[in-house]
Amino acid sequence: MYTNEMLESIKKVEATREARLQAVLAGNHPRRMTAEEKDQVLLENHPDHIATQFAELTIGPNKGEKVPLELAEILQANPRVKSGDIDLNNIDYDVDVLIIGGGGAGSAAAIMAHENGANVMIVTKLRHGDANTMMAEGGIQAADKPNDSPAQHYLDVMGGGHFKNVPELVYKLVNDAPLCIKWLNDLGVMFDKEEDGTMVTTHGGGTSRKRMHACKDYSGAEIMRVLRDEVQNRQIPVVDFTSAIEIIKDESGKAAGAVLMNMETKELLVARAKTVVIATGGAGRMHYQGFPTSNHYGATADGLVLAYRAGAPLLYAHTLQYHPTGAAYPSQIFGALVTEKVRSIGAQLINADGEAFMYPLETRDVCASSVIRECRRGNGVDTFDGGQGVWLDSPMIDMIHGEGTIEKRIPAMLRMYLKYGIDMRKQPILIYPTLHYQNGGIKIGKNGMSDVENLFVAGEAVGGIHGENRLMGNSLLDIIVFGRNAGINAAETAKNTQVAEKLTLSHVDDFVKEMEAAGIQTDVVSPKLLPNYTKQKSI
Amino acid sequence: MEKMVNIYLYGKKYEVPSNLTIINAMEYAGYQLVRGVGCRCGFCGACATIYRIKGQQELKTCLACQTKVEDNMYIATLPFFPLVKQPYDIQKVKPSEQIMMQLYPEIYACIGCNACTKSCTQELNVMQYIAYAQRGDLEKCAEESFDCVMCGVCSSRCPAGITHPQVGLLARRLNGKYLAPETQHLLDRVAEIEAGDCEAALQDIMQKTAEELKEMYNNRDFEK
Repeated sequence: MYTNEMLESIKKVEATREARLQAVLAGNHPRRMTAEEKDQVLLENHPDHIATQFAELTIGPNKGEKVPLELAEILQANPRVKSGDIDLNNIDYDVDVLIIGGGGAGSAAAIMAHENGANVMIVTKLRHGDANTMMAEGGIQAADKPNDSPAQHYLDVMGGGHFKNVPELVYKLVNDAPLCIKWLNDLGVMFDKEEDGTMVTTHGGGTSRKRMHACKDYSGAEIMRVLRDEVQNRQIPVVDFTSAIEIIKDESGKAAGAVLMNMETKELLVARAKTVVIATGGAGRMHYQGFPTSNHYGATADGLVLAYRAGAPLLYAHTLQYHPTGAAYPSQIFGALVTEKVRSIGAQLINADGEAFMYPLETRDVCASSVIRECRRGNGVDTFDGGQGVWLDSPMIDMIHGEGTIEKRIPAMLRMYLKYGIDMRKQPILIYPTLHYQNGGIKIGKNGMSDVENLFVAGEAVGGIHGENRLMGNSLLDIIVFGRNAGINAAETAKNTQVAEKLTLSHVDDFVKEMEAAGIQTDVVSPKLLPNYTKQKSI
Repeated sequence: MEKMVNIYLYGKKYEVPSNLTIINAMEYAGYQLVRGVGCRCGFCGACATIYRIKGQQELKTCLACQTKVEDNMYIATLPFFPLVKQPYDIQKVKPSEQIMMQLYPEIYACIGCNACTKSCTQELNVMQYIAYAQRGDLEKCAEESFDCVMCGVCSSRCPAGITHPQVGLLARRLNGKYLAPETQHLLDRVAEIEAGDCEAALQDIMQKTAEELKEMYNNRDFEK
């Protein structure tokens, strides 16, 4: 239910809607920004450019580089376990491939490692499938239509990432995209298709071709539940409610397992493996710069902490993605994702005065920065607790594509708002940027291995694929492409790896010494594992 | 000041702001949650919850992250429910009525009480999709069950022991793999990639300097 002030502003949105609609139907969208205008709006408004929100790392592989304050705090923190706290000879799980994380990347890796003959196990700190993958709504990119090509996809990815992306990883991403769509389709993922089998595809922010494949607005959920089912069908062991709190190495410095902790009993366990895959996902629950998040409860950058202590460098850890359209109202869904697909199928971004202040499908960083600027200019709508937002004019969707479109193509969004008495078919919705994605992460080579031998990484924990800004639909793609890749290569590498004779946590002890030498004194313990929201009124 | 309400978490009384969701209210009361919480956006089904309002008879069900607290609400979460999941080989099964009979024969024990539909946290017509499964109409079962978040509340209320979410998932996978129309443009592109036909253009664009790439990017043509 909207306040009276909001209803007054909605009248202004409605007053301009017919003219905006006619313009769109005639092919006249609000103007796209020039390259210079984009640079300017980013520099002046994007949270990544607020220098006081970053700290320089003083130890570890990325010493001298800047990362968000909250990330620096957990990267340079006390470990939960050191040598001597646990007997590493007392092995609880002994496998070829240990996968840390039960989301989309971890599950894809597990399936492919299993397919390639490995004895594989997944360990996950919540339930299997509790992951950002489950919450991805809009879709998955792949250049599989005649007017498109992997090279065209490559160009969009590089430009969206401000040309900072690692070329060999982008090559893999775009080249394998159609193969992965086929793989998912053949596993039984129900993509939206026309009657003749043609994929229903749309634009995402920054795409030059309509290559966004979707499963209504449950795209990630559909992919995740199929992958989870496949893992279960293959009877791959999944140890749930168990976190990995430290990588274990062998005496030559190769990754050789992990120290695990039962999330409920706090019991410590040892998992030995020939290869390890970190697929721990993102960091939204770190609430960088105080932003709300669209992320899963477990998104606390654990994998980055584990890898960093093990000596693996990070890449672009200073860049985060703030999704332009997080729910700004009502308070109960503050920060929840409003899929980009709402804009892909026609909703415009409108300020408090009813003006379409930008082209709605700029890349996410540009779009989020532009929304922030609009509010700073005094053109936002007051929400609650001093917050602001702008309108996403959802009723345009059914006006453009016909009644029933919202219900058919974005049912989750419709359902989410209806629970709070807002019918997005008839009234616009209020949005503001929300912390959505960790662009940076652990550096990998094209085989998916980090700089620590036998330590592989897949999914959101990887850095470099998306440069400094990811495009919509390239994350669901990335978890499949690089999850599969990591699984295949981890299984292959395991075949040529002897079981570690002696396991060690000496690298953790060394890290602690490095902290002491650098004069770092802190009470913070990491990995964080879960956020603490007790006694808080809102998140 | 936000209005406060009384809620009962597993029977114990707490006073919380009335605008909170059940999840937020539990945290406000001091619970550090590990179970019964997940995406917090209504997609993962981790926070299935049963509640009753004092003075009323009816037990209601919901997702705790998608439901506001009410005054005098008795709340019990359902963080785990022992659902049956039958393994099968997706490459070998056939999309027919037989497979349902074989893996989930209990669906034929449905007594038509409709408790599943009444309890669905996504407001799906659960009994209807089970009926479609019974008669082997997998396509309709898949469509009708598509928005399921597999929270398991329906199964917890079922007197026949049916595992509705697994039945829907099986129908959807069979539908996606075997019944949905083939995508020719996808098969074509995959064949092109495997034959190396896309390689030259990719190698070419990878050789561009940053300036050349920027020029190309800023002058892209856009599909209407």
